[in-house]
Amino acid sequence: MDWEGQKLAEQLMQILLLAFAVIAFGAGYITASFQTMILIYAGGVILTTLVTIPNWPFFNHHPLKWLDPSEAEKHPKPEPSSNVAAKKKSIKK
Amino acid sequence: MHSFGYRLNALFTFAVTILGFICAIASFTDTLNSPSPSVQVQVLNVNWFQKQPNGNDEVYLTLNISADLQTLFTWNTKQVFAFLAAEYETPKHPLNQISLWDAIIPTKEHAKFTIHTSNKYRFVDQGSNLRGKEFNLTLHWHVMPKTGKMFADKLVLPGYRLPAQYR
Repeated sequence: MDWEGQKLAEQLMQILLLAFAVIAFGAGYITASFQTMILIYAGGVILTTLVTIPNWPFFNHHPLKWLDPSEAEKHPKPEPSSNVAAKKKSIKK
Repeated sequence: MHSFGYRLNALFTFAVTILGFICAIASFTDTLNSPSPSVQVQVLNVNWFQKQPNGNDEVYLTLNISADLQTLFTWNTKQVFAFLAAEYETPKHPLNQISLWDAIIPTKEHAKFTIHTSNKYRFVDQGSNLRGKEFNLTLHWHVMPKTGKMFADKLVLPGYRLPAQYR
């Protein structure tokens, strides 16, 4: 899951859960059935789980573009200088 | 990190939080209900009215209770507990309450009823004050919700009197 996919998953989860909560409450109140409310909401939570938890392909439409390895070779990592160990020892003294 | 476990945890937490909110709102809708219950109780007969050997008065009544408690039920009501109490005043105590009968009403369909019964629990005074005593029969009820706040109220039926003599 890429960065855009994570954002999408997070927003989808919140919007879906809130929408199902509103629908469930409305339906339960109108039909005067607490059970209806709980069942609709439980269904909504399961659906939201299926949509946002697995790593679906549509969460991966914006892959990160890593630098080409040849580009990285032109800018080598700075080598740790050999006098670091010596400095630490001197502080201890 | 945005792993499987992280997303599952976030979803579960948010889902349970919302569930708490909708239950709280459901409980709030109960306060919008304004019930209008009605009760009639007839004392059909005083079967028995004696002084016990220890000096306490005991009465055994036959009652006819008819009540309509259907308006107490809302979509968030699990059950209603109702009990009928005899209430009277004695020189020693300003309020004496004795539960004579009770019932658990599980559904709205059962909330309109007429019942012909003798007192389920013994009507015994602490002392010998019941001869010619005027008393109230009060129906108390507790509305038990599926979620949230429990409601209790009562309906007082005044003007009952016990006989002046033991029988």
